[in-house]
Amino acid sequence: MPRIALAPDNLPRRYSLSGGHVLDLTQGINEVATLYIDDGRIAAIDTPPEGFDGVQDFDVAGLLVTPGLIDIAPHLRDPGPRYKGQLTSEVQAALAGGYTTLCPRPDTSPVLDNPSHIQTLLSKAEALGSVRVLPLGALTQGLSGQLLTNMAGLKQAGCVALTNLRQPIADTRVMLRCLEYAATFDIPVHIQPEDAALAAGGCAHEGVISARLGLSGISDTAEIMALSQWLMLIEQTGVRAHFSLLSAGRSVDLIAQAKARGLDVTADVGIAHLHWTDRLLEGFDSRFHFQPPLRDKSDRTLLREGLSEGIIDAIVSDHLPHEAAAKLAPFAASQPGMASLETCFSMGMALVDKGVLGLPRLVEALTRGPAMVLGEPLGHLSPGSPADLALFDLERTWTPAESDWHSAGFNTPLAGVALKGQCVATLTRGVARYVA
Amino acid sequence: MQICPPALPGDVQLDEQGRLRHFLDIQGLPRALLTDILDTADSFRGIGDAQVKKVPLLRGRTVVNLFFENSTRTRATFELAAKRLSADVLNLDIGTSSSSKGETLRDTLFNLEAMQADAFVVRHSDSGAAHFIASQVTPHVAIINAGDGRHAHPTQAMLDMLTIRRHKGEFSNLKVAIVGDILHSRVARSQVHALKTLGAGEVRLVAPLTLLPSQVDAMGCRVFTNLRQGLKDVDVVIMLRLQKERMDGALLPSEGEFYRYYGLTRETLAYARPDAVVMHPGPMNRGVEIESAVADGPQSLIMDQVTNGIAVRMAVLSMAVSGQTQKGAA
Repeated sequence: MPRIALAPDNLPRRYSLSGGHVLDLTQGINEVATLYIDDGRIAAIDTPPEGFDGVQDFDVAGLLVTPGLIDIAPHLRDPGPRYKGQLTSEVQAALAGGYTTLCPRPDTSPVLDNPSHIQTLLSKAEALGSVRVLPLGALTQGLSGQLLTNMAGLKQAGCVALTNLRQPIADTRVMLRCLEYAATFDIPVHIQPEDAALAAGGCAHEGVISARLGLSGISDTAEIMALSQWLMLIEQTGVRAHFSLLSAGRSVDLIAQAKARGLDVTADVGIAHLHWTDRLLEGFDSRFHFQPPLRDKSDRTLLREGLSEGIIDAIVSDHLPHEAAAKLAPFAASQPGMASLETCFSMGMALVDKGVLGLPRLVEALTRGPAMVLGEPLGHLSPGSPADLALFDLERTWTPAESDWHSAGFNTPLAGVALKGQCVATLTRGVARYVA
Repeated sequence: MQICPPALPGDVQLDEQGRLRHFLDIQGLPRALLTDILDTADSFRGIGDAQVKKVPLLRGRTVVNLFFENSTRTRATFELAAKRLSADVLNLDIGTSSSSKGETLRDTLFNLEAMQADAFVVRHSDSGAAHFIASQVTPHVAIINAGDGRHAHPTQAMLDMLTIRRHKGEFSNLKVAIVGDILHSRVARSQVHALKTLGAGEVRLVAPLTLLPSQVDAMGCRVFTNLRQGLKDVDVVIMLRLQKERMDGALLPSEGEFYRYYGLTRETLAYARPDAVVMHPGPMNRGVEIESAVADGPQSLIMDQVTNGIAVRMAVLSMAVSGQTQKGAA
């Protein structure tokens, strides 16, 4: 039952969206308001600007209207083997989830470690012409942790930040050089903190459950040690740094202290880690194999608090599509991750319904928060900014099913689970790219 | 709203009537069923002493020993157990064939299923492999776990329980110490669950911290890092095998130092009760975790364990295969 008359590519240059609940704390708006859109940009909120008399109006009453969501770390699997996914399928998944900006990770095949790969990716994205793609480049060649990439060239080609993901940089001197060189060109560095030696061979949180199931554990110390070490080097070099996919409760404290000391650091957390704990590994359920691993209840509580209090700046979907066979193996041999772009907002709404965080904070952590991490003028509805919008029906219940899934990977524990709150339309540059 | 994804099918090991269908893990099995396994095994013990060592319980059935990891004694006793039940037995050492050619576990399994076996006895180096296989096979095929990674080795635990029960009777008054490489031991984990389920008075784990999983006390055990304190007044001492590779991983400095501080010798055994019994799942490293004089001494039940292993495996095989059959008929 389509409740709005928006359809792809049918929108005039000037139009308005009225009756929707507009939520953007940067503009101090959390109420029913009319958005005026002119040539792909927000022209005004509530007060019609000059020349908007009689423009076409679309009634979006009953819907939540937010800035388009931004994910700073999905896997889009492009370039790479087609069966894992490709830009077209994953961008469609993103649009269906309300996302308008994506920062794909560089662990593709080949690795995004030189400007020509970035240019190829960006020209593919441009040809699709829907979501904004702001790639993350590799920090070291081949992500192998040894030689620096052409960082300045990567930045010029369009990378918004560089990262070595979870791949180790064994030599601390190389870590330091990476940060120094990135700081030289004012390139932010995204870090997934994990001590490679402590985490070696592990596939589950080291605790009661892993002890009982006989799964090799990764202690929270593996994350905290690496985080502490990186913070020292960040302090020394003054580089802009972002910590991605925190899983340990104690990490939140370290980030809070670093921010209090005035370091230019930000952090995000994956939606799975806000929801679930390692209890779900009982029975060796590979659907809950994540990297970093789901930890225990006290970690989850501290991550939730850190997010509510703004110590953690952003929520990421940690989207990682796989073919079905990737999960059909004994736990340790199964591939970690879930395809989550399409469910991330609904999962966030479940946290709102539980009282874990407020709706304004959820929207902020999916829009303005990640935009601030990137340092990009996105994620808000101020006049003149791009009309990247997501429209959600918060009352709508839906059930992820393979038949209407967009991502190439249907690896989600939420298959067949009733979710509440769904994206019904996504616009970038004022054009409807997706309508449910 | 709490997002609760559908759980995996709860207890895959039991059918609706609580009968055994697969034997994957001691955890989750009720005490009555464990006692039933021990009673059935006891009744099978006499068969080994008879001149015709066969009963026709599994005549016409096929049992496939599917070993992705090397084993001598476990595989041999499973083979004997199946043959004494009159089953046809096929031994497959996959470790050296398909999986080394890159075939996935699932593909191997589907190929073997086409051979229409009634039971797979599975050993695999990944924790959870037996659970995974049980979730993938067509119904009516029983999966018996012969050891999965560090997780479980339930038939070994049950043969140890049978050995303890035959020598000590009731479990409730017993103090049992499990000594050695707990971290890597599927045997220890299954023994702990079996002892707790059968109501053992006290279960102790004794090892240096490098060989203990973190928070292992949550399994309901007392943890000791000192052997002499750990053995004080116990009724049963179970020694675990120490893999030689543990020195390479910097878990231990040397075999010599391990023997000095954690080896079971006549001197350290004297801390246990005078009538304490000694067990070891084998294969033993004499002079590493156990002194020869103790291994071969009057308190040792190590050879009994092997004999009981055949009886326990007969019990589990016959119960699981008949559990599958009855389900199939229903």
